[in-house]
Amino acid sequence: MIEIRQLSKRYPGKGKTEGLLALDRIDLHIEAGEIYGIIGHSGAGKSTLLRTMNLLERPTEGSIQVAGIELTQLNKKELQQQRSKIGMIFQHFNLLSSATVYDNIAFPLQLVNTPKHKVDAKVNELIRLVGLEAHRDKYPAQLSGGQKQRVGIARALANDPKVLLCDEATSALDPQTTQSILSLLLQINKQFGITIVLITHEMHVIQTICDRVAVIHGGRIVEQGKVVDVFLKPSHAVTQEFIMEENHLGDLSSWVSFKNGQGVHSRIMKIHYLGEVTYEPILHRVLSAAGIEFAILQGTISRMKDVPYGQLIIRMDGKEEALRHAAVALAEQGLEVEVLA
Amino acid sequence: MFAELWNEISWSEVSKASTETLSMLGFSVLFTLLLGLPLGIFLYLTSRSKAVWVQIIHNVLSVVVNILRSVPFIILMIAIIPLTKTLVGTSIGIKGTIPALVLAAAPFFARLVETSLREVDRGVIEAAQAMGASTWQIVRKVLLPEAMPGLIAGLTITAVTLVSYTAMSGFVGGGGLGDLAIRYGYLRYEATVMVVAIIVLVLMVQALQWIGDAFVKRYTRK
Ligand SMILES: Nc1ncnc2c1ncn2[C@@H]1O[C@H](COP(=O)(O)OP(=O)(O)OP(=O)(O)O)[C@@H](O)[C@H]1O
Ligand SMILES: [Mg+2]
Repeated sequence: MIEIRQLSKRYPGKGKTEGLLALDRIDLHIEAGEIYGIIGHSGAGKSTLLRTMNLLERPTEGSIQVAGIELTQLNKKELQQQRSKIGMIFQHFNLLSSATVYDNIAFPLQLVNTPKHKVDAKVNELIRLVGLEAHRDKYPAQLSGGQKQRVGIARALANDPKVLLCDEATSALDPQTTQSILSLLLQINKQFGITIVLITHEMHVIQTICDRVAVIHGGRIVEQGKVVDVFLKPSHAVTQEFIMEENHLGDLSSWVSFKNGQGVHSRIMKIHYLGEVTYEPILHRVLSAAGIEFAILQGTISRMKDVPYGQLIIRMDGKEEALRHAAVALAEQGLEVEVLA
Repeated sequence: MFAELWNEISWSEVSKASTETLSMLGFSVLFTLLLGLPLGIFLYLTSRSKAVWVQIIHNVLSVVVNILRSVPFIILMIAIIPLTKTLVGTSIGIKGTIPALVLAAAPFFARLVETSLREVDRGVIEAAQAMGASTWQIVRKVLLPEAMPGLIAGLTITAVTLVSYTAMSGFVGGGGLGDLAIRYGYLRYEATVMVVAIIVLVLMVQALQWIGDAFVKRYTRK
């Protein structure tokens, strides 16, 4: 749906200085119907990248195709027409403060001269979709942040876009409201098959709704792939940082130095779960059969979009032999085992 | 004493002069709006362009606007008498003052328009661009409605300024309350009429401000 090749963007500097290379030879391929996340720290180039996807930001070099149409080659009129088919929502909502909820949602329809009765039908349908029936005649100043973003979403969907671009759509919202907006985006993606590209600096947003993710750092994509893969096996330091923040995995040293009684060995292990096995009592079954006691030092059980996963760090106490067998047995049951100490 | 003064005043003259002032004000506000609004929008749009020749046009226009704003009204009025004559055929009376009033007020109003438009949230304009709006659509459906309270406040200030300009135009035979005040108060030493003329002017300014504020309030959504 979106095909970006060797895309670079340099912001011109003052006078003869060479300026700032905000995007550096980006390659990105986004499938129709998927939810694609782009994560990165502040200043990494996320907004710049997203804004090239409707040419709010014109790249210095490279090509960008949306639904098979090369945006950089279009003239003004053609670009305006393409833009009406690409929805966008913003961190600060960017609603018309002088227009009601109804008029804000009707705005993009009026831009393309939609007949009045069609506007009316479409706006009412969208107001119902985003659950703002009680607020249709209110002005943005009278709405909460979450409600404003719902208006933003409804407005972005008015012209039945194929793509929805979300620029930090939940960053100005509290955790609960964030969750409800993310569910709404997921619902829209499922119901209408709209491709969603979202940028964020919060890993949990990616984890909640994205299918694939790209990590951007210093204007370059440093890692990309399925969320499950990137999340569980991060290869780049920046990615690892984001995941660390999410899991709050801290220092283990105090646990490692734990002292045992005579003849009992202990081992610290990290166990990865992925898929339905996460909810099965495998750990208990295997370890109690082997006569091993264990304590959970740290852990997460959660899901990434629809995929359950877990990460436990445990200390196992038992005989040398039993410990070795248990590790093998756990692996046979479909868990991934890593010996830390 | 009071009754004596009261009787001294020629009320028919006062009402005639008030009507003249109101009609000068009405026409000059109308033409100022028609000229100043597009000029202000043009100044705003050209100030954001990256093209060199657009920037040059902007700068030239900007200088012209500043010159017109810094020339004292009374001097401007005399200086453009030839232009006024070719435009409306006379340089005295109500008709004769309107070109000068508009020429003085339109650049002033245009600057106020430009300033109000600048205050419109960049994000909202960007959102409209992202939806595929053309420049004209952005002006009509985003900039003007969003800046409405500021534009009305600007027009109110301009109208109030125009009230004092119309009074000044009395010096060169423009008619209206200013003319009345000069003829009686200055040339005939009849202060009462002058005071009445001033009171009527003050009431007009008050009324304009009151109407303007009411409209600003009606259009403010923040
Ligand atoms: N209009 C501009 N002119 C010059 N430099 C810019 C401009 N916009 C962004 N930049 C620079 O480009 C880089 C990338 O900016 P961008 O806004 O894309 O970052 P971001 O990842 O969206 O950050 P944030 O999370 O803070 O929004 C930054 O270093 C920024 O200073
Ligand atoms: Mg940003």
